[in-house]
Amino acid sequence: MNIYVLMKRTFDTEEKITISGGKINEDGAEFIINPYDEYAIEEAIQVRDANGGEVTVVSVGTEESEKQLRTALAMGADKAVLINTEDDVENGDQFTTSKILAEFLKDKDADLIIGGNVAIDGGSGQVAPRVAELLDIPYITTITKLDIDGTNATIVRDVEGDSEVIEASLPLLVTAQQGLNEPRYPSLPGIMKAKKKPLDELELDDLDLDEDDVEAKTKTIEIYLPPKKEAGKVLEGELGDQVKELVSLLHNEAKVV
Amino acid sequence: MARKLLVLGEVREGSLRNVTFEAVAAAKTAANGGEVVGVLFGESVSALGAEFVQYGADRVVTVENEKLKQYTSDGYAQALLAVIDQESPEGIIFGHTALGKDLAPRIAAKLQSGLISDVTGLEEEGENLVFTRPIYSGKAFEKKIVIDGLIFATIRPNNIAPLEKDEAKTGDVSSLSVDIKDLRQIIKEVVRKATEGVDLSEAKVIVAGGRGVKSEEGFEPLKELSDVLGGAIGASRGACDADYCDYSLQIGQTGKVVTPDLYIACGISGAIQHLAGMSNSKVIVAINKDPEANIFKVADYGIVGDLFEVLPMLTAEFKQLLVNA
Repeated sequence: MNIYVLMKRTFDTEEKITISGGKINEDGAEFIINPYDEYAIEEAIQVRDANGGEVTVVSVGTEESEKQLRTALAMGADKAVLINTEDDVENGDQFTTSKILAEFLKDKDADLIIGGNVAIDGGSGQVAPRVAELLDIPYITTITKLDIDGTNATIVRDVEGDSEVIEASLPLLVTAQQGLNEPRYPSLPGIMKAKKKPLDELELDDLDLDEDDVEAKTKTIEIYLPPKKEAGKVLEGELGDQVKELVSLLHNEAKVV
Repeated sequence: MARKLLVLGEVREGSLRNVTFEAVAAAKTAANGGEVVGVLFGESVSALGAEFVQYGADRVVTVENEKLKQYTSDGYAQALLAVIDQESPEGIIFGHTALGKDLAPRIAAKLQSGLISDVTGLEEEGENLVFTRPIYSGKAFEKKIVIDGLIFATIRPNNIAPLEKDEAKTGDVSSLSVDIKDLRQIIKEVVRKATEGVDLSEAKVIVAGGRGVKSEEGFEPLKELSDVLGGAIGASRGACDADYCDYSLQIGQTGKVVTPDLYIACGISGAIQHLAGMSNSKVIVAINKDPEANIFKVADYGIVGDLFEVLPMLTAEFKQLLVNA
């Protein structure tokens, strides 16, 4: 089975966010594999271990994404590919990224493509379904269970808390929802092995794309921080009185009940 | 500049979802005086067209087909592309719901267009239609514009106020026949786990529990309060990891992002992970035994106390208030 994982390096949003020069300040911040993509990597490894085949993790980013790709290899992926857009793409959007990924994947005969359902930085959740459309293969988003039997897949999809049991056949793209699995930590031998696993680097030229082909359809014109929230009111006195006061505040002051 | 906009309506248990009315309001802003056309898919949905119009759509186009009874990306994509072909709109607004998140990227990709997801506000500024959306789990916001192609947007529930319902307003409800074929995914079964009635992402009131609820049974007093307020139950990752509740209830960075009018956090310490999912709620109440808990820093109102003591009192007090109201 030929399995591809779409991975994004993201800013750890547990970090404090500041803005400088109109952009999110990345100096000194921790970067991680997007948490939902970790589920995707784990699932790909489990599917490979059960069915045989190979897992390739692919990321569109810059040289700095190599670290997260190595982590994916250390978890157990077989190969990694970095599509480095540092020199070619200044302001990409989801159209840009999906077009690049689809160009890369179109001749790879992938049986299964797995991505996270959303990245925690940009939060759009668009890239994976766009890639499926561009490749003209079916997709199922926010899955919490995946069973593969030959070329058939039985999937549980999370739909705002409800679950749908869906049958589809390969080739197929799915996106991981929390609950799909418990991602493993890279083991020490895994980390050692990862150093010798192939990590290829491509640029747009290698995919016969030029900047115009992937030019963004949307543009960010401003980034700002939400107004700082004043610390609230912690009530005091007898518990019974506090409860009465709270109900009154919610009813009369906040007017939400 | 006036534009023609489509709004893809969503039906849940036989009624239009509230997010659909919010999407109409967003489309009205985007249309800037142009026409707003509601779109509805399903087995038998024409009867809902009138309400779509009463909330602001100028007219409604339906595609009725038994293959559209349940949402599938393949079925809805075929129907929507047929409507787009007939109507030639300049933009489409979806809810940022399970359906909108699944379908909108595909249609945008098919039509070589951008898509602005998870929009919480929009306005016309000069020549541009400017969309606001949260990034970095709500810790920052960005303003975006479309520079090429159609205007596609999904709007986050509970953020854009619907227009007032105008019972006197009428508009044309027409149907388009589309031959839906080759569904590549088959839904075998739907298991309803979500709290009955109120959907977490659309709930006006959420009562959420953390590790402090201590057990599955510990959610009972939260449910009683939530029932009185017509709300939904949520949970922190801690409560889900400890198996007190299903992951479908999880609010946070991994999990759902919610913006209710009232968020009552019970026994939740307020880890950054959790705050990412709820800090944009309009009013936050924290109930926690630990006066140092982080949740008090984002709460509008706090009670330091045992949730098992506070919640029954609070439920009784609200009951009384709502009976008298």
